[in-house]
Amino acid sequence: MREIDSKVITKAVRDLCIEANSFLPEDIKARIQKACDTEPWPLAKSILGIIKDNYEIAEENRVPICQDTGMACVFLEIGQDVHITGDLETAIHEGVKLGYTEGFLRKSVVRDPLDRVNTGDNTPAMIYYNIVPGDKLTLTVAPKGFGSENMSQIKMLKPSDGLQGVKDFVLKVVEDAGPNPCPPVVVGVGIGGTFDKAAFLAKKALMRSTDVRNAKPFYADLENELLEKINAKGIGPQGVGGHTYALAVNIEEMPTHIAGLPCAVNINCHVTRHKTVEL
Amino acid sequence: MIKKVTAPLTKEQLKDLHSGDDVLITGVIYTARDAAHKRLCELLAEGKELPFDVKDSIIYYVGPTPAKEGQAIGSAGPTTSYRMDAYSPAMIAAGQTGMIGKGKRGPEVIEAMKQHGAVYFGAIGGAGAYLSRCIKKAEVVCYEDLGSEAVRRLEVVDFPAFVIIDSEGNNLYETGRKAYLDSVK
Ligand code: SF4
Repeated sequence: MREIDSKVITKAVRDLCIEANSFLPEDIKARIQKACDTEPWPLAKSILGIIKDNYEIAEENRVPICQDTGMACVFLEIGQDVHITGDLETAIHEGVKLGYTEGFLRKSVVRDPLDRVNTGDNTPAMIYYNIVPGDKLTLTVAPKGFGSENMSQIKMLKPSDGLQGVKDFVLKVVEDAGPNPCPPVVVGVGIGGTFDKAAFLAKKALMRSTDVRNAKPFYADLENELLEKINAKGIGPQGVGGHTYALAVNIEEMPTHIAGLPCAVNINCHVTRHKTVEL
Repeated sequence: MIKKVTAPLTKEQLKDLHSGDDVLITGVIYTARDAAHKRLCELLAEGKELPFDVKDSIIYYVGPTPAKEGQAIGSAGPTTSYRMDAYSPAMIAAGQTGMIGKGKRGPEVIEAMKQHGAVYFGAIGGAGAYLSRCIKKAEVVCYEDLGSEAVRRLEVVDFPAFVIIDSEGNNLYETGRKAYLDSVK
């Protein structure tokens, strides 16, 4: 049994909140750079250039890439041989509070969806636990902006809708989103499971590096095909027209019920932030 | 060619602004998001004065991050505009001539823009660190309790944007996409 002090978790969450908001993952930067080089439409190309300048300014000055520093989504993979001393959940929220106040990040969370009073410190975090073998604890913080979160959708397709139904739904979500979610975007797709699991899979898909395709060739091909079809729509970065609407499509799938084909699409903007540490 | 726009934005200036234009905005603009718009429109509905001069005003839909020492403002890119659609027609009728945001607008907003004269500018969503450099001064005008969502008076210099929808209702989101698709046919 390995002991981890909850104070260590607070510190790690704090630092991840701050760093994830200033430093874009390398794979996203590489995709933006590549889009800058290959985008054929002049206005789209100049926008992509500014998007690149923007993340460079953020990195250099350690300021937030985007003013929507998001809701803090915290993913934990806890080894079953780990024992945490202290209150884990409190430790995570405390880390978010410290990160968002000390890191000059925006506080974008309201305490109740209907009375809408700001909590003032960006808590609570959205926490996802996963128990895994071993004695390590892996922490990921993904600040999720809501311009793109709001453009996400879920649909309980029928088994007879099949592969075509999934493709049509993903393309419909993109069409509905248009210029709103700050394209270029990353598209996370969750297929299967239950209503809630499909949505979770779509979010989990956004945590995967865009350099890594789905391990199953069938789904990897589907990712590539959907990416091509999305960009062929010509919506372009920021919706002004052009090739680059999506930087990547990531799909996660799992078993489901004989009567169902849940499909969720979680959209993320070009500020696709996530940072991981292993404790 | 990049057009220079000065704020406040007079109705006279609107005639020269066309959907698709690249612009640099210099002058005084105001910030407001959902919560502030709700309060502003309540004042309008009661026939009361707004806390700033709405005539010829440009309102930027933004909720910045807190400023670090030495900064006028933190990161400050646009938020999605459709959430203001419920409020914009009343604001435009009261004299607002410019909106800066990102994303689609509803038909009722476009109708009000055509009727009273107003334009909708798009700023680059997600470029908050870049855009904050064009904001030289920021001070809270009202609704400080809303934190990041308070109404601020901003002094901007060469703030980059493009005209998405002009005062005749031409829409870059439709024409830009079509022109690009025609070019690759
Ligand atoms: S959708 Fe993303 S890039 Fe756009 S404002 Fe929100 S967090 Fe920023």
